[in-house]
Amino acid sequence: MHIGNYIGLVHESEKDLAEAFEKVSKHHAAEPDVYQMCQKLSSWSANHVLNLQPFIKRYSEDKSKEPDNLKRSLFSQPRSGSLALVRDLHDLWLLANEVQLCWVVLLQAARSLRDKELELACEQFDAQTQKQLEWLMTRIKQAAPQALVVAE
Amino acid sequence: MEQSRNSIVDIWGPRTPYIGTWPERIDMQLAEQPDTWVQSACVLCSNGCGLEIGVKEGRIVGVRGRADDRVNHGRLGPKGLHGWVANNSADRLTKPLIRKKGVLVESSWDEAMSLIVAKTKEIKRKHTAGAIGFYTSGQLLLEEYYTLGIIGKAGLGTPHMDGNTRLCTATSAAALKLSFGSDGQPGSYTDIDTTEAILLVGHNMASTQTVLWTRILDRLAGPNPPQLVVIDPRKTYTAEKATVHLQPRLGTNVPVLNGLLHLVIEGGTIDKDFIDKHTVGYEELKKVVSEWTPELVENVAGIPAGDLRKAAKIVGSSSTLLSTALQGVYQSMQATAAAVQINNLHLIRGLIGKPGCGIYQMNGQPTAQNTRETGADGDLPGFRNWDNREHIEELAKLWNVDPYIIPHWAPPTHAMQIWRYAEQGSIKLLWISATNPAVSLPDLAQVRKILSKEDLFVVVQDAFLTETAALADVVLPTAIWGEKTGCFTNVDRTVHITQKAVEPPGEAKSDFDIWVDYARRMEFKDKDGAPLVKWTKPEEAFEGWKQCSKGRPCDYSGMSYEKLLSKNGIQWPCNDNYPEGCERLYTDGVFHTSADDCETFGHDMTTGAEYTPEQYKAADPQGRAFLRPAAYEPPHEQPDDDYPFWLTTGRVVYHFHTRTKTGRSKALQDAAPDAYVQMAHEDAAQLGISDGELVKVESRRGHIEVVARLGGISPGTAFIPFHYGYWDDSERARAANELTLSEWDPVSKQPHYKYAAVKISRITGEGKPSLLEKAGTLLESIKEKIIH
Ligand code: SF4
Repeated sequence: MHIGNYIGLVHESEKDLAEAFEKVSKHHAAEPDVYQMCQKLSSWSANHVLNLQPFIKRYSEDKSKEPDNLKRSLFSQPRSGSLALVRDLHDLWLLANEVQLCWVVLLQAARSLRDKELELACEQFDAQTQKQLEWLMTRIKQAAPQALVVAE
Repeated sequence: MEQSRNSIVDIWGPRTPYIGTWPERIDMQLAEQPDTWVQSACVLCSNGCGLEIGVKEGRIVGVRGRADDRVNHGRLGPKGLHGWVANNSADRLTKPLIRKKGVLVESSWDEAMSLIVAKTKEIKRKHTAGAIGFYTSGQLLLEEYYTLGIIGKAGLGTPHMDGNTRLCTATSAAALKLSFGSDGQPGSYTDIDTTEAILLVGHNMASTQTVLWTRILDRLAGPNPPQLVVIDPRKTYTAEKATVHLQPRLGTNVPVLNGLLHLVIEGGTIDKDFIDKHTVGYEELKKVVSEWTPELVENVAGIPAGDLRKAAKIVGSSSTLLSTALQGVYQSMQATAAAVQINNLHLIRGLIGKPGCGIYQMNGQPTAQNTRETGADGDLPGFRNWDNREHIEELAKLWNVDPYIIPHWAPPTHAMQIWRYAEQGSIKLLWISATNPAVSLPDLAQVRKILSKEDLFVVVQDAFLTETAALADVVLPTAIWGEKTGCFTNVDRTVHITQKAVEPPGEAKSDFDIWVDYARRMEFKDKDGAPLVKWTKPEEAFEGWKQCSKGRPCDYSGMSYEKLLSKNGIQWPCNDNYPEGCERLYTDGVFHTSADDCETFGHDMTTGAEYTPEQYKAADPQGRAFLRPAAYEPPHEQPDDDYPFWLTTGRVVYHFHTRTKTGRSKALQDAAPDAYVQMAHEDAAQLGISDGELVKVESRRGHIEVVARLGGISPGTAFIPFHYGYWDDSERARAANELTLSEWDPVSKQPHYKYAAVKISRITGEGKPSLLEKAGTLLESIKEKIIH
């Protein structure tokens, strides 16, 4: 059984996502909405990490380094300004997709294992990840024209 | 001087109890006997009271209420009776001003307009129209907004158009759209006449819309008076009349309203049939509110559980219910989420579209409704949906332009974001009309910095040299109410015409004429090479607007200037089906939510994320209203050891906005001459502060010095009116918005003026330096920049 592998993967990915939201909120603190929302969305991911603990015990996770590599290449240096905002949100969106895919894969496994508890957790977390993605997409769409076409 | 009553002392006037009809009472205020009377309506709040302007020898000499007007039956409040005096002020702007070598100097119209046109063309060529932004008002007229909307959206093609309506009314619009699919106030003011219960949430109506409050007072004085539930942290004039007054902690409207919804559902007085036939989302709502027991609400919001139960009994058992909301909801935490819960209450009880069952998601300003209707703010004309291709094509066809010129790749830029782009330098031309952001926006130090930027070209249209105009590069002197003709719409969709009674002073021009002139000089054309703006007179613009609104919820097609002059106030929709106007919306329980009709595809209420057309169409509610629940989110800034008080801001009864007009009426100014901080006796005693003492109020963003007034507010909370800036007193920092937060509601994007953490201290009197640190230095430089 390889479920431990994915538990490990989602654990690390959510941790990275929480940190990345936190980091972006600080980089772009001059955008009040970005600051507030990234703080909030970071706390959602942090919460997922906490709530994952019983499943980590149940299925003994395999620690994975993969998402870390992804994160490092995405947030290589601090950026500020309007284009940087788009790029940082863009990278968050990629990380959040990684997380969402993990929840989908785990949800499938949970169903086949008839693990109701894990199934419910995956559904709930996936729904919140979806909201994170929707906010990121909305904000990226809003910021892109000004950043790419108008700003110097 | 002749006056029918002293409205300064007796704000609401003598009672005329409602007994089957609301009696007429003609209020009048005259400086001299007029030769003629000219039809108009009041523009000093969103109520829209019908009045006539008295004119003698080309000057305004007074006003009197119109007895046959459906809104006020002749009554006028203190602002309506005294505000007109501002028209005759000696310090009106009479010539355009251009900044030269750092100083504003008089110029000709031709020079000023040529400069604006040259700047526009240069900036557009170098940086696209995305470098141009418009920040307008809730004080202009429909014809002006619609003309501006066309210029911005189809002439220049900029997405950056919004106004100060973002500060006063954006949440009202957002909540109506989210619940009912489209903007548009469902109720009628006549609902007050018959309703059994009134719920006022964060709305001190007695101060903000005095004549509407008079209508309630007259119900209270008659047989079968309604019961009043007031939710407000302060003991306001409104709260004094409450059957039940709930005083929540700041930022806890959602818990309180969820608690009410929970008790109403538990009490079983919901209309299951209406819910099944006309709404979606009931089960989810029920689930979310079920956790909000009176005990939990008491814990979070500080309201005694017994009081919540009493309130729930009233709003849950009355056979009719009228609800109103204003800035206590719209400018507080979870603004849209809370406003929507009020709609939910009416929907689950099936109390909508019937006499006595109105919802007034109030507007702050007199013509705010029209910016929303015409698309001069972050909306599209005729409540069209920016994300609906067909709606964009309708507009393109109407204006005879390529659909691609109309920005529709993202929602129109909201005001706070426009200011941010200006700060970052990507907006290079900011055109401000009829508003005073240098006093009304949050975090003023920041606003002044932006307006003073070298690389931002600022155009200001105003009748006076406001704090904002003083920082502009070009100032255009404008005609105001009474000096121009046009229409505007109040909170119960009543459209009034206001006529030109006198000539504007000097060379001042109406905002309408300025924009028509700009469009001509810019040579904006339609697809066939004809002028894009096809009118030169307000009445022609109104005819254009009729075409634009035809078939949309805000349908004006059945109106005309002639009809508006012969009838006092007509409610839209007015068309073939409703030739005399329509009193209430949604009488059949069918809402504007079908995918092809709706003004928005909706948002997530926590994050503000936009839903896509595909998401919406997958569960098209096809005319059912949305019940949208909201979980509680605590305010972001909370009092702590350093800043231990909650600050909330608001209005006083005698003033409007930044007092540009009301501060120039001696009667109103004398009645409320200066800012103050209201605080509880207990708090003052602890700090050794006595009533009337000058104190210092500080937040993380700035500080001000104002007089303390004690009592009438919960301990731990402080209130400061936001009207007071610097044009008539620059001796000390006193604008409430030096302290407020720059953050906003995720859905409506309305700033959070209703909470910030502050500290309050005595002034020890060691000289003056603390007085002017932040505001002062800039004010000095403003003064130097002005010559009269
Ligand atoms: S209630 Fe509003 S509209 Fe009526 S007179 Fe007073 S300020 Fe004017």
